Amino acid sequence: MAKEYKTLMTEIRLPYEISYGATWTRFFEGMAEKKIYGTKCGRCNRVLVPARSFCPRCFVDTTDWVEAGQQGTLTAWSYVSYRYFGMPTEPPFISALLRLDGTDVDFLHMMGGFDMSDFEQTRKIVKNGMKLRAVWKDERQGHILDIKYFEPA
Amino acid sequence: MGRAVGIIGVGQTHHGRRTEMSYPDLVREAVVRVFDDAGLTPADIDGVVSGTMPSMMEGIALTHFYFADAMQAVGKPILKTETCGSTGVSIAQTAYYWVASGMADCVLAVGHEKMNEGNAQATMTTVVEPFYQRYFIAGAPGVFSMQSQMWADRYGIPEDKIRDAAAYISVTHHDSAFDNPYAHVKLRVSMDDVKNARLITYPVRLLDVCPTSDGACALIFASEEFIRKIGKKAAWVKGVGYRGEEYFFGDSDKGVWQSAVQSAKQAYDQAGITNPRKELDVAEVYNPFTFQEMLFYECFGFCGFGESPDLVLKGIFNRKGELPCDPSGGVLCTNPIGATGLIRVAETVLQVMGKAGDHQIPGAKLALSHAMGGVDQFNGVMIVGSEL
Ligand SMILES: [Zn+2]
Repeated sequence: MAKEYKTLMTEIRLPYEISYGATWTRFFEGMAEKKIYGTKCGRCNRVLVPARSFCPRCFVDTTDWVEAGQQGTLTAWSYVSYRYFGMPTEPPFISALLRLDGTDVDFLHMMGGFDMSDFEQTRKIVKNGMKLRAVWKDERQGHILDIKYFEPA
Repeated sequence: MGRAVGIIGVGQTHHGRRTEMSYPDLVREAVVRVFDDAGLTPADIDGVVSGTMPSMMEGIALTHFYFADAMQAVGKPILKTETCGSTGVSIAQTAYYWVASGMADCVLAVGHEKMNEGNAQATMTTVVEPFYQRYFIAGAPGVFSMQSQMWADRYGIPEDKIRDAAAYISVTHHDSAFDNPYAHVKLRVSMDDVKNARLITYPVRLLDVCPTSDGACALIFASEEFIRKIGKKAAWVKGVGYRGEEYFFGDSDKGVWQSAVQSAKQAYDQAGITNPRKELDVAEVYNPFTFQEMLFYECFGFCGFGESPDLVLKGIFNRKGELPCDPSGGVLCTNPIGATGLIRVAETVLQVMGKAGDHQIPGAKLALSHAMGGVDQFNGVMIVGSEL
């Protein structure tokens, strides 16, 4: 039998204080009020969500704040059936990309509001193009998880 | 293009679970082998490029310092690159640019990872900011599964067909790994084994996913003048391409992945390739997930969009097919992430030099290597040929 060699169990915990800046601050204040804010680019006219200070394509400052719809359409999804560091909830859950009404990019969040313990059943319910709507937590802190999930509308 | 650059040495560790060795000793195993293969010594090297996953993976921030002795880098210029999965191709391109620019004649490129020492999925969540995307990226399997799902839906590929094609890729790559002495996972699997394996992130099941490997890979890049002087055979770099994506996952289309399309196009333009499926003899496509591999075939112009599952099932991309892909067993069987992209380059070098042993594609002269990185941000391509 091969000899076993020693290993060291260790961890690193480092503190950070990360600035949201003005745009993210307003976006997350919106979360606390059950609003999903985007910003509009005056050059390409796209509504970007979450809100940005500048349009990544045109490289100009965004001009207007826009409230995105609470409903949207599913663009892509993944049934997550494994545990990972920093996961938003216990698996299984569904990571989802959705196009919120009145916006021009996809928003990343998760789906919920129905029993998804059985994958084969879940697959019959979840289809790209289906309508979804935001379900909010009662206690909100100005955080992305103030939206509990998006449920079938 | 700058001046001509060739690759004149390949060194790989035996990849796997290498807990019997410290990390610097593992790096040294590849470095000793590359010097043996090239017939050179550290004194011949003008500069060193190395890289890993983001340092969160290693738990040690300055790996190019930690491995300075193992890479014999002391007293030489040294660069580090870390782009997650594409690190190895980033290292290769950095070494290439360094020699092509005329600022160095001979550069050592080293990629390395001890995946078993850290937490890869946790590291990948730290690629993105902590207040929005980090929660939902779900490590690598989450985003790439979403991308595969979007692509399959876009082109209306029936679920059974794509599942069969992905299983076929898993079976053939696992078989190929038996012919690669450095490969990690050596496992005979059947189509049914793959299709019934444990679900990780739909549609990806356990046998659709790469392993957690420890390993390192080293290559030596040199100028044409240096290569002529020492009289060595070389694999010549014919083209390189690299592209990144917009930051937010939902901003750009992942179903037709532009960074993959454009990085290949840049490399093809440099290499003068217009019909890749016909002109390339072999490809080492980065494939930590079986479904992802098919998307790359299409983005690289090996076939039209939505066509790859049919062609996979016809055997077009297997070792006896028109364009063999991943005859080494690929990332699916061996994934020490910081080394993985460089192993792709190394495998194409071995192929065009006729040194790939039991997984040699007979007569291979022109080969494509590729890696993707970030969580879904980067694609890099390098093309090598047997002739200058
Ligand atoms: Zn714009």
